[in-house]
Amino acid sequence: MKNASGSVAGGGLKLGVLLMATPLLLWLLLLVILPHLDLLMVSLRERISYGKYAFSFTNYIEFFTEPLYWNTYVRTATMSILATALTLVIGFPISYYIAKVMRGRGKSVLFLMCLIPFWVSELVRTFGWMILLRESGVISHFLQWAGLVDGPVEMLYNDVTIMVGLVYTSMLFMVVPLVSVLDSLDDSLIEAGYDLGGNAFTVTRDIVIPHAMPGIASGCIVVFMLTLGNYLTPNLLGGKSSLWFTEQIYTQFITRFNWESGSAFGFLLLVLSSLIVWLGLKLSRQTLSDTVG
Amino acid sequence: MIPSIPQSRYAKGIYGAYVTLFFVYLAAPLVVVGVFAFNDSLFPSMPWEGATLAWFFGDTAPYIGIFHDSALLRSIGTSAFVAVWVTLLSVTVGTCNAFLFERARFPGKNLLYMLAISPLVIPGVILGISILVFSNAIANGVEEAIGWDLDFLRPGLFLVIIGQFAFITTITTLVISARLRKFDITLEEAALNLGASRADAIRTITIPYLKPALIGAAIVSFLMSFENFNTTLMLVGSDAPLTIAMFDRLKQGSTPALNALSLLLMVVSGGLALISVFAQRDRSSK
Repeated sequence: MKNASGSVAGGGLKLGVLLMATPLLLWLLLLVILPHLDLLMVSLRERISYGKYAFSFTNYIEFFTEPLYWNTYVRTATMSILATALTLVIGFPISYYIAKVMRGRGKSVLFLMCLIPFWVSELVRTFGWMILLRESGVISHFLQWAGLVDGPVEMLYNDVTIMVGLVYTSMLFMVVPLVSVLDSLDDSLIEAGYDLGGNAFTVTRDIVIPHAMPGIASGCIVVFMLTLGNYLTPNLLGGKSSLWFTEQIYTQFITRFNWESGSAFGFLLLVLSSLIVWLGLKLSRQTLSDTVG
Repeated sequence: MIPSIPQSRYAKGIYGAYVTLFFVYLAAPLVVVGVFAFNDSLFPSMPWEGATLAWFFGDTAPYIGIFHDSALLRSIGTSAFVAVWVTLLSVTVGTCNAFLFERARFPGKNLLYMLAISPLVIPGVILGISILVFSNAIANGVEEAIGWDLDFLRPGLFLVIIGQFAFITTITTLVISARLRKFDITLEEAALNLGASRADAIRTITIPYLKPALIGAAIVSFLMSFENFNTTLMLVGSDAPLTIAMFDRLKQGSTPALNALSLLLMVVSGGLALISVFAQRDRSSK
């Protein structure tokens, strides 16, 4: 506004900025900053008697000494990393196909076809996987019809199914940044690579992937974060054996009404998520604003 | 691997088959949800018992169609109520934020910008519990100090709206800022030179220019609110929005009425998606 502000009285501008900043400040303070500080405070207290609390690390100590909590945490992190890697490996060729192989109308149609499923609620998508994979589901019936198995097969409630659902749910957030970054890669660079004696493998390794790095980083960060914080997919596709950390948080808060330890769990998940996001940004030498903006 | 580089037919065929397989994977769950809405059976599963429209219009138990399922219909109403409020609030605040970040210069702007996009990297469940804990602390504090029971700060629709607003505002801010960044400021200056007041210039020049972004942001906020699950789960009271009601039904096992509802949702959100895509296309061709 440096041009426009010249035509407006200087004092009025300051007041205007303050007025415009009010909703922003209220939003950030009341809904983002203070609630998270309060979450941290609650996680650091211990209930002594009704309405009486004392500062303590009990909730965190409990987390580290109880193998169930600790294992669920590590398992959630590992599965999220695996899901992110799989999404990248599956989504990259698709993004490349849309960005570089397809031309004109077919390209936008294909891209749109990638986007549409994700406007549909995650609940509906997961429901679809349940109908496909359950014991009385489509795939089980198809296998019996084809004579490949003798009886109904239950394909729900195991880790592979959770992984299928997580990769499915995350695909959009990988494909969109990858397509946009690959779109900006000039075809002549790929041609030059081939002219200089490269083959599909070396061109991909030395030209395409380095160019796509910013897109890979932002895709991976978003996918990892969403997977880590997912509740629906592990819960519905994994059933009781899913052992997802968000379910632990839900149990502490809603079922056991133990807000202190639930807050500690929530804070630990937030730390893990922020740490991986920060690490991803550092490794790819990006800032958060580049990634989301 | 681009059209100008000759490739063996074999490699092309494999690549094409992979892409086809991928789209089958994308479409499969949505197709089965839709197809089983018409299955004349009490469960959304095999075998196929013939086609029926009872899961849409049926009114005799056990064939209660979605249009006669009062609990689900009520939850659709609840979700729409929440989504309208979230959309209004987040588009308004998002527009303010966009003007602030794109036009104003003030100390601490970068820090504020970082904070404003941070809700995107906070998992929804954690955003939910932090708002739950904080609002509960305020409610308890007020009750102890002056004895008022601020019921709206307990789990319920008010908190659901606030919780969804907390992260959807980030998205509206980003969408509207992106459009405002491309605005040619001299248009506004011309209006000012021609005697318009600052408010008139913004109302008649800048806001019409922002309209595609405002509509796009509104559609995205509405859908994100309507489909939100994680944050809502933590803040919901006795009135369940649609996603929560559907989740409960799914856990109990449901009739294909749930498929019928899902099919309707797919049609509506698919339609909205196309509208917003075409709104964006107009923007780029201008």
